[in-house]
Amino acid sequence: MILRRAVRFVDERTGAAPLLGKALRYVFPDHWSFLLGEIAMYAFLVLVATGVYLTLFFEPSLAKTVYHGQYAPLDGVHMTKAYASAVDLSFRVKAGLLMRQTHHWAADVFLVAIVLHVWRVFFTGAFRKPRELVWYVGIAMLFTALLEGYLGYSIVDDLLSGMGLAIGYSVALSIPVIGGNLGLLLWGGPYPGVPQFESRMYIAHVLIFPLLIGGLLALHLALIVARHHTQFGGPTRSERRVGGLPAFPGYAPRSIGLFFGVVSMLFLLGGLVQINPIWLWGPYEISQGTNGAQPDWYLGWLIGALRITPGFDLTIGNYTLVPNPFWGGVLLPLAVVAFLVLWPSIERRMTGDRAYHNLLDRPRDNPTRTAVGAAVLTVLAGVFFAGAGDRFDVSFGIPYGSQIWFWRAFTFVLPFGVFWLVRRFCRDLAADDESEPATGYEPGAPTA
Amino acid sequence: MKWVWSAIALLLGRGRRAPARVDRQRLIVEQPPSRRGENVVLVLLGLATLSFAAFVAVYALDRLPAQTQLFGITLGLGFAFAAAACIVTSRLLVPVEEISDPYANEPHEEAVAEIEQLVEESGSRLTRKRLLTVAALGTGGAMGAALLAPVASLGPVVGPDALRRDGWRRGMLLVDSEGRPLSADGVEPGTFYTAFPAGASHDELWAPLVVVRVTDTLELPEGRDPQRWAPEGIVAYSKICTHAGCAIALYRSPLNEETSMKPALVCPCHYSTFDPARGAKVLFGPAGRPLPQLPLQIDDRRRLRAGGHFSGNVGPSWSGVRRGRA
Amino acid sequence: MVRVALVVVAALTLAAGASAANGRDLYFANCVWCHGDRLQGVPASGPSLQGAGALAADFYLRTGYMPLRSPRQKPTRRPPHFTEPELRALISFVAAHGGPPVPRVHPERGNLAAGLELFTEHCAGCHQMAGAGGIVTGTSVPSLRSATATQVAQAVRIGPYLMPRFGEQAITPRQLDSLVRYVLYTDHPRNRGGWAIGDLGPFPEGIVAWLVAGIALLALARVIGEGLER
Repeated sequence: MILRRAVRFVDERTGAAPLLGKALRYVFPDHWSFLLGEIAMYAFLVLVATGVYLTLFFEPSLAKTVYHGQYAPLDGVHMTKAYASAVDLSFRVKAGLLMRQTHHWAADVFLVAIVLHVWRVFFTGAFRKPRELVWYVGIAMLFTALLEGYLGYSIVDDLLSGMGLAIGYSVALSIPVIGGNLGLLLWGGPYPGVPQFESRMYIAHVLIFPLLIGGLLALHLALIVARHHTQFGGPTRSERRVGGLPAFPGYAPRSIGLFFGVVSMLFLLGGLVQINPIWLWGPYEISQGTNGAQPDWYLGWLIGALRITPGFDLTIGNYTLVPNPFWGGVLLPLAVVAFLVLWPSIERRMTGDRAYHNLLDRPRDNPTRTAVGAAVLTVLAGVFFAGAGDRFDVSFGIPYGSQIWFWRAFTFVLPFGVFWLVRRFCRDLAADDESEPATGYEPGAPTA
Repeated sequence: MKWVWSAIALLLGRGRRAPARVDRQRLIVEQPPSRRGENVVLVLLGLATLSFAAFVAVYALDRLPAQTQLFGITLGLGFAFAAAACIVTSRLLVPVEEISDPYANEPHEEAVAEIEQLVEESGSRLTRKRLLTVAALGTGGAMGAALLAPVASLGPVVGPDALRRDGWRRGMLLVDSEGRPLSADGVEPGTFYTAFPAGASHDELWAPLVVVRVTDTLELPEGRDPQRWAPEGIVAYSKICTHAGCAIALYRSPLNEETSMKPALVCPCHYSTFDPARGAKVLFGPAGRPLPQLPLQIDDRRRLRAGGHFSGNVGPSWSGVRRGRA
Repeated sequence: MVRVALVVVAALTLAAGASAANGRDLYFANCVWCHGDRLQGVPASGPSLQGAGALAADFYLRTGYMPLRSPRQKPTRRPPHFTEPELRALISFVAAHGGPPVPRVHPERGNLAAGLELFTEHCAGCHQMAGAGGIVTGTSVPSLRSATATQVAQAVRIGPYLMPRFGEQAITPRQLDSLVRYVLYTDHPRNRGGWAIGDLGPFPEGIVAWLVAGIALLALARVIGEGLER
């Protein structure tokens, strides 16, 4: 009775009852791997919620102050207000450290989920027509998230992230011809730049990029709904009909349960496992450094690429055309972006396949795509683990200097072998298989 | 008291079903109930409630040891129980259905054609379509350029001479991080010192120096007279790595050079390694340039002073880094 | 009475002579190959120990960095090779050839914040801000977790292996007290945030993000996403 009255109230004022009815029965194909994108989305919601809380206490200012607080090793130390407010958040604000740590864990997990989700989408061919736009929007979100995370931990002005900012500056400077201008523009002067650089990072991190990610996310979801989610093939599944659970009542408790599960995981980590103990690193000074300095995990591929590049600047006379950090810091990420963005077109051209694809491939169903993906992952794994080479030296005694050569071979030579092996393996698996892979669906063509 | 019992009876009771609508067909297939499932969900909801209450209690009690951990456990468990309740609901309490919808991927040829026709016919009054289009695009470009122009105020874009900034002058005193002058006799072999220009900010890229005394044979680059660049074997280099701008915070200093390695300045970011005895030549790592060297003087009170500008530009490379300085 | 005294003196001299001879014997059995029969050092093998003093001998022997099997072997921390009496004998033998004594540090008199700033400037580049160790080109740098206050002070003054040495001008005794206090603090830092996963920063954090959160959330997705019975 109450329900009917409430819905009628809304319908009389918006006309939304038919739409709501349709939405309630929207079909969700059911496979656990389709939940990875949702996990990322829920991590994003936690980021926004905890992030808003942090903005109520954080001071994005590089003005100097002297710390007099609970943490004894920093008592009397000169530092910026940004750093001091972060230390206060950790020691003085009740539940402040919980929120800080949950926020940072959420960022790390956000990117884990995105990466797993991108792998799933790539290796099942979900990016094919008619869903290329969804893929492009997703890639845009991936790289925006990388930058957003980098800015987030850099605004705190601790020694570890400050070292990372210097590297970011060098990467900007390393862009041929315009790099010097670009670096000066962004930083307002030579490194460490104007005090307003902190404000620039802050507003990008708390407003511009969250809005961008939020907007892209809305577009991503809208595009998915417009064409419906893909599904794996099976006895009752076809290119023409999508089968699964209705949004309500079937899918809703699963989604809500997943949301609560993600929130639970993040708060458990946020309270139990220490992350980014900025008080231990101390405030940033450009004249100081610590061993074992690393970016957050999702930028580990970049530090590894910078480390394995041989030591040379490309010069013409005394004009430095390509400073060293360019190769690992600019060219590699651009190549990865280019690969991801161009792959749907490359695949379409290679296979001549212009059909709609609503059924997913199993990885073995497209050996070339799977092999290419595996090879690209090998390259990324090579630079990623190269970035941790110092810890491998410390823990396993493998000299860092020798490791460099190993990781170079891993990154540039091994991928070819991986390509060949994986393609072979997929073809063997597919040959043993009885079932036919989905061939796609041409609109207007007679159905099989 | 009567009201309390009534309330409990109402909550625990079966509850009245809404009167059956005989004129409408069922939308969802009838499925059996699961009291066990309901009990499990109620227990889980109860546990979740207790956990959230515990969180509020920890918050109110204040000053508890391991406070952050208690916060995380209570809040995390609360959401975990809530998640479990949802999952059990989805399995046992919610009707299990499989439905399907058409993918409906046909392109809407009619609508597409209609849009094309609409746009075409709306331009039917124009006589000079191309000219107007070019003019509009031109204005749009100029509008965009005008809106973007203020971005240039962000920094000194034109002519990056700011990157060549080197505040060291002949005669400037070298001081340590506390501001005390660096004495030549205080620069002992085997150790390394961080130095700054007296009275200047430590936050300028050209300011920090690393100073060491070389005991090996000096092999400075051509044109660098050891009297000016390494008086009594003391050398000073920019502490900012020429690869990616981190501080050169490591000094490899052998006790017994014969059985280990020669001294070297090393950067902790990507392990670029520089030889202090050879003008900070790059021995290992991705750096593409040696560290700029600062000439030194020892004044009559045995204090170290700068002997002039750096030998090259400070910090990471950009297009003009190998060209002269401001 | 005199006889008792004579016996006691003789016994003591014998004992002293025995321990001195013990130290010398130990030296000639373990050290002479690289450090020479007069502790003068051997070219391309080991440095001179004349003037090294108890400062060095006590440090190297108690940390197990010495003896090395070969001159080019990288010293690694291990349980001492000798028993306590042997250690004392060997240390006094080396000390008898001149050099500074075992330093006395007073970390309780030091200031923790001053120690943090000193450590950042002089030590963190190699040893990492929390003393977890790391690498420098050509070798790895040990963690400071097992170092005692005295050993930290000794290492600072000696500059063993590839470590720089810091004399009393570079780091005064008072500064050394603060530095040692900070190093000892990093053995048990205040980990308000929970399990510190080594105080190493993003490297172990990434491992946790993938192997704890990643696996748990994948498992959750599998549990939730169990397909409908076909």
